[in-house]
Amino acid sequence: MTLPNKFWSSAYAGQHVAHQPGAPILQVAALDVAYDGHLAVEQLSFILQTGERVAVIGPNGAGKSTLLKAIAGVLTPVRGEISVYGAGPGGHICIAYVPQRSLVDWDFPVTVADVVMMGRTGKLGLLRRPRKCDWDYVQECLELVGMGVLARRQIGELSGGQQQRMFIARALAQEAELMLMDEPLTGLDVPAQESIFQVLETLRARQVTVMLSTHDLNQAAEQFDRVMLLNRRLLGFGPPETVFTRENLLAAYGGQLRLIPVNGTELALSDTCCEGHKH
Amino acid sequence: MELLWDWIVGPLRYAFMVRGLAAAIVVGIVCAVVGTYVVLRGMAFFGDALAHAMLPGLAIGYLVGGGAREPLFWWGLVTAVLASLGIGRLSQGRRFKEDTAIGIVFAGLFALGIALISTARSYSVDLAHFLFGDVLGVSNADLWRVALFGGGILLTVAAFYKEFLVLSFDPVLAETLRIPAQLFESLLLILIALCVVIALQTVGVALMVALLVTPAATASLLTKRLPVMMAIAALIAALSGMVGLYLSYHYSVASGAAIVLTCTAIFGLVWGAQSLQRAIR
Repeated sequence: MTLPNKFWSSAYAGQHVAHQPGAPILQVAALDVAYDGHLAVEQLSFILQTGERVAVIGPNGAGKSTLLKAIAGVLTPVRGEISVYGAGPGGHICIAYVPQRSLVDWDFPVTVADVVMMGRTGKLGLLRRPRKCDWDYVQECLELVGMGVLARRQIGELSGGQQQRMFIARALAQEAELMLMDEPLTGLDVPAQESIFQVLETLRARQVTVMLSTHDLNQAAEQFDRVMLLNRRLLGFGPPETVFTRENLLAAYGGQLRLIPVNGTELALSDTCCEGHKH
Repeated sequence: MELLWDWIVGPLRYAFMVRGLAAAIVVGIVCAVVGTYVVLRGMAFFGDALAHAMLPGLAIGYLVGGGAREPLFWWGLVTAVLASLGIGRLSQGRRFKEDTAIGIVFAGLFALGIALISTARSYSVDLAHFLFGDVLGVSNADLWRVALFGGGILLTVAAFYKEFLVLSFDPVLAETLRIPAQLFESLLLILIALCVVIALQTVGVALMVALLVTPAATASLLTKRLPVMMAIAALIAALSGMVGLYLSYHYSVASGAAIVLTCTAIFGLVWGAQSLQRAIR
């Protein structure tokens, strides 16, 4: 895929900052973020490397959505610093936020291609309409997530997995290098989840860094390079086997988690909080 | 056949009727296009409140100008734009739910407007014109202003179509794309305010929200594509303006009410037909 015409891309007041060579894709230091008047995330510090795939795990109200929105530059931190390739997130358009499906108006009168084209709004800039090459680009993004034939569907006609893949295509159309996904697997059946993981493999091949919140500890342990255990504070960040210890999980979930012993070590089944909630 | 011809062409002998028709069609189209966003974003109550909140401004203009009609447009314009931004700000407050805050302020302003107008001698007729419109009283100058502002509104919607779309569908995406969301949000509120101002003479303050909401809602039953929805809404609104005005002329019904009733009837027809279709299937 080639980038059509960079000339107009700075139309929104030229805010798109250059990437500092050598800087990590994401660096968070001593971060406090407030949501609804209280601190939802406190004293968070971590670094993400390009191309990583990280799962954010924690109970409801742990601040997962808040953290992702702060990294996206949608929420302003109370204290601390977020830098994406060495600069604050507010100047980047290479960060995509994939919303929870339950928060989207699926009756909105747009097609799948329309939604994916929205991702190109920033690249198009002011007063420019999408041209043939932009629609071609959108089609390529849809094909990458296996949705090429669904381009002209109204979004309300999609299944859960297709809805999620459409948003990933939109993030591709945005040419995102950092994708933040808010519970993309919640409420999907196993084949649909499989299709999302296939798409995540495609993203990995394209060196796209993915940070994804989920409730499913087993999946997090199996499918991700590193996991981040969160309950307002960072309780652990690293390979699943070092993070998912009895102490860490108890600190994160308290009594909400069922732990069963397997082969002398302890394995978490799942957290007991309900799925599909906004928090 | 000849009877129908006469029914249609007869009224066109009168210049006031031609001007009224032109105004009703232009206003209908513009309000329907902007109204599409009002419907999709659930802003019907905002539109209604805005129209009502305009009354004190009109009242002051009316009293200051000694009943002169010419300056009223500008009084209405300034009040509506201020009110739209004010209500927009109000709805971001935390202490009350959005609709409560809007309800308090718009009822208060509306009452203030009525109180002010009631101090004038000939108030009942003029108040009726503000509340329910006076499309047959449209002057050439009025028509030009409606056309100019209406054209401006449509051009703005066309120019910022994709920005308004993103903002309406997914405000968080708008922010991650670093689109100046607050700016476009305010611009949209101003566009709605301008619609309310140009629709003042056609349907008046009290029925305004119907012009914004009903044709767009009807169109939303018929299509799932935004541009098509805008076109259908505009078509329905223009048709309602014409049909309503003819009904008003031939059966001596208040013009604003006739236009709004036509819109409502079309909505009812489409909704009824679709319900029937679903029942049969």
